Amino acid sequence: MAVLLKILFAVAALGGLGVLFGFVLGFMGKKFAVKVDERVQAVRSAVAGANCGACGYAGCDAFAEAVVKGEADPNGCTPGGAKTAKAIAEIMGVDAGDVEPMVARVRCQGTCENVSARTDYSGIPSCRAASGISGGPTACEFGCVGLGDCVARCPFGAIRLEDGVAVIDEDLCTGCGVCVETCPRGIIQLLPRDQTIVVMCRNKAIGRIARLQCKTACVGCKRCEKQCPSDSIHVKDGVAIIDETTCTRCGACIQVCPMHCIVNFYEREETAEEA
Amino acid sequence: MSQIVKVLLFMFSCVLTNNYIFSRFLGVCPFLGVSGKVETAFGMGLAVTFVMTLASLFTYFVYYWVLVPMGLKYLSTIAFILVIASLVQVVEMFLKKSAPSLYSALGIYLPLITTNCAVLGVTLLNITEEYNLLYSVLNGTFGALGFLLAIVLMAGVRERLETAKIPAAFKGFPISLVIAGLMSMAFMGFSNMFAGVM
Repeated sequence: MAVLLKILFAVAALGGLGVLFGFVLGFMGKKFAVKVDERVQAVRSAVAGANCGACGYAGCDAFAEAVVKGEADPNGCTPGGAKTAKAIAEIMGVDAGDVEPMVARVRCQGTCENVSARTDYSGIPSCRAASGISGGPTACEFGCVGLGDCVARCPFGAIRLEDGVAVIDEDLCTGCGVCVETCPRGIIQLLPRDQTIVVMCRNKAIGRIARLQCKTACVGCKRCEKQCPSDSIHVKDGVAIIDETTCTRCGACIQVCPMHCIVNFYEREETAEEA
Repeated sequence: MSQIVKVLLFMFSCVLTNNYIFSRFLGVCPFLGVSGKVETAFGMGLAVTFVMTLASLFTYFVYYWVLVPMGLKYLSTIAFILVIASLVQVVEMFLKKSAPSLYSALGIYLPLITTNCAVLGVTLLNITEEYNLLYSVLNGTFGALGFLLAIVLMAGVRERLETAKIPAAFKGFPISLVIAGLMSMAFMGFSNMFAGVM
């Protein structure tokens, strides 16, 4: 009995203190109440809510506040897409404007088969750490390190590692761009969803060295440049890059690339599904 | 020695020789987290000072008026956390209303004062050192002022680091930790400073 009483005593004492503090806090809450614009709440519940930071604000709360203040555009929430932009615009009573659906794409084909390992790295399993040590663990110092910094950061779980290269699930990707910032090699790029033709390499080394480093490296031969009917692919810093604003998606460059480093993502997905 | 001199010495020893960050290694999380700018560091220091002072005061009463008479000394940790959490909530509401810019600058670190081990450390030390009410509150206030001094000094250094040329591997937190270690060593110079007179 005595033990039970002791326990009851303890519960009563702590409970009593808790209730007392609760009352004080409740009173203070009333006294120090801050009026919040109800539109902020409405906008906050309309956005995707991943706190990914793609809008350029500290989080969804900060973005919602900025929208209501008129500092941010209603279509600033990329993960939410057109639907969210419309919802926010309705709350704010303005026109949403167009939102081009974006998707992140990993511009590297440096699988274990294509790129050999340069060192036997066994340090911290982080791309940023590994790539800081004498050019990184892979033979190509421009391509995917394959330790999954982007996988860990992706707020939507859309990235996985496949054979040493990050692969993005385009159905899950919302185009927030967190991975683009995360990648220490800068190989992930945000592209319009319909820009399916991508140069899958960022190797800036001269052709001979690039060829040694990776079986599918861009060697900067400029064949694609000559073939392009709309003059929208150019070799810059030793690597081809497509101007997505003028590209007509004809696919001529894919045909001529001797290294097979230009890829049509649409076809790639089709074949992946068949397999 | 007169009482006043004793109290004065106690205050100085709280700030310098027994500095919570540099000699007791408590409250290091906000010390590293909010020391980016002198202004916010100062705000954080003031918020901690407020919480620590009031926490010392309230926990003294909670301990000697509630826990000791009821024979519940063993509940001191959880009861103190209750007190501290409530105080932090009050500070948060107060800042949100009266200093919104400071509120947003402190961000997540403000509610984290709840788990700032320096605050809980002060209240528990007050009990183990058997300080009376005056010394408890002084310990809270001046311990927190020591924290304020440490975090503002750190922020000052880190502001200058912004423009300094630092090797890439040391940028950001690594250099901050190195500096924290150096400052801690510097504060070790104060140890035993009052040993002869106290």
